[in-house]
Amino acid sequence: MQPLLKVEKLVKGYESNNVAGAREKLLALDGVSFAIARGTTLAVVGESGSGKSTLGFSIACLEIPTSGSIWFEGRDIVALTEDERRQVRPRIQLIFQDPSNSLNPRWSVEEILLEPLTLQGKLKREEMKQRAVYLMAQVGLSPDMFQRLPAQLSGGQRQRLAIARALALEPKLLILDEALSALDCSVQAQVANLLMELQRTLGMTYLFITHDLAMAAHLAEDIAVMNRGRVVEQGPAHDILRHPKEEITQHLLAAMPSLDSAVRPPLES
Amino acid sequence: MVPILEVQDLHVSYSSSGDASYPALAGVSFQLMPNEILGVLGESGSGKSTLAISLLKLLPSNGNILKGSVFFEGQDLLRASANELEQIRGKHISLVYQEPSVALHPAIRAGEQVFQVLAAHQSTDRRALRKKKRQVLVSLFPEDADRIANSYPHQLSGGQRQRVLIAQAIACGPSLLIADEPTASLDPTTQREILGVFRTLRDELGLAMIFITHNPALLAGFADRVLVLYGGRVAELGPANAVLSSPKHPYPRALFQSMPQIFEDKGNSRKTNLPVIAGDFSAALVPREGCVFEPRCADRMEECRKREPTPVNLGKSHTVSCFKYGG
Repeated sequence: MQPLLKVEKLVKGYESNNVAGAREKLLALDGVSFAIARGTTLAVVGESGSGKSTLGFSIACLEIPTSGSIWFEGRDIVALTEDERRQVRPRIQLIFQDPSNSLNPRWSVEEILLEPLTLQGKLKREEMKQRAVYLMAQVGLSPDMFQRLPAQLSGGQRQRLAIARALALEPKLLILDEALSALDCSVQAQVANLLMELQRTLGMTYLFITHDLAMAAHLAEDIAVMNRGRVVEQGPAHDILRHPKEEITQHLLAAMPSLDSAVRPPLES
Repeated sequence: MVPILEVQDLHVSYSSSGDASYPALAGVSFQLMPNEILGVLGESGSGKSTLAISLLKLLPSNGNILKGSVFFEGQDLLRASANELEQIRGKHISLVYQEPSVALHPAIRAGEQVFQVLAAHQSTDRRALRKKKRQVLVSLFPEDADRIANSYPHQLSGGQRQRVLIAQAIACGPSLLIADEPTASLDPTTQREILGVFRTLRDELGLAMIFITHNPALLAGFADRVLVLYGGRVAELGPANAVLSSPKHPYPRALFQSMPQIFEDKGNSRKTNLPVIAGDFSAALVPREGCVFEPRCADRMEECRKREPTPVNLGKSHTVSCFKYGG
């Protein structure tokens, strides 16, 4: 079967001024390739600065890659015109780490959910409201929260709201950029269960960008390990974590906090 | 041995508009020995940050300490004068905050910010203070102390900024460090590096430490004892190994089970729902008669609704507040 998303030799360079004032080129992505099958999850893991978020932004059409291709539903979205890209964008949605920063604090839950539907302009006012109620139910929020502001929701409820907003335009691919990291452990489990439920019922495909190897192992079929803008190792989650070949993967595994301290090497100073 | 810190029956509440006030801490008691790392484990709404700031009387104006005492080296901090507290804060007890990017001044070089802490507490000449500043920075940045000292916070990485905050905290040679989620915004590699720094400080300077976190996994192999806070109450308190590997209270039991473990056999458990604790912490905010965890507890009994459990001794320095064990 054709994968939903196939990334080929993706390169994204940034230019900045270094301390001496000279132009400096930094390759945030340096030839990244992978594919995700429909209805599955690929976890992208790596340290801060390895290029994980740039990868997510590029796929969500928020950054234009320097070179390479992003095949999504059979089309290379890098090569599209801005008008064509506008049609693709709703089908790929991003969920960020901290829902309190990604929701407008002055908008009610209802306004937040109606915005993407209004911009799309396909539904009548009444239909949009019905859709919003349906989305709330889908993510496990009660409709009596409709008039609340984000600050009146708990962290878990806010992340559910961010997921509901992302689902509004019926996307095929969700990019979860550290979407569980800012939540309490008990809330992480609840939101992880919701994501798996949505995958089972809607056939959703996820690109799960994370530091948390244990959650990656639970949610993802495949794992790609990134280091300095490159995918250094990828394959079935089980193989990568059980038999890591690359030093960086072993290093990430060793740094992973785990309740079972017996599997961790002692702390060094 | 004499404890360096002894918290007895601490009750703190916040008043909000109108007459409403809600309890943030109710009856928190524990002791901290010199050279000991106590891990305080709590999620949103548990009162863990209130605990950190109450110990130094840094509560916001709507926060009230209703009763209790906090004995530090024999002195009750809750009854100390403003002047006395000024002498203690930053010098004998230091706080390390979560967001190093917010806690540092963006337009002052890192070295100067460490210097200011020293200058606020020590009245020796500036040259001696500068020497001391350099010593402190070298202890945290053995290789490039001078470069770091001359950098502005935005030129440093998250881990380096956190080290600068730690340098400020230890500059005056405190005997107690309170760290509130000091590694929450760092990636696991840097997190581990900073935990290593804390361990070294404890070993070399003999510091006692209260390390507050929402992530139980950080405490494994790091803390000596663990205090589990839920809804402002101490659910369980005991040796880190015992509490983290086989907790007795239903809350940490359920919490740990909800976390996926990386080395479990994933044959059939992958993609299955994780066991969750029903509901959320907001139930704990409503004042009620019985145990504060009862609405979410899978093991609840008739008794749990009637009154609050009291701590039961399970063994040497291990207590749990739950009717399953007597209460």
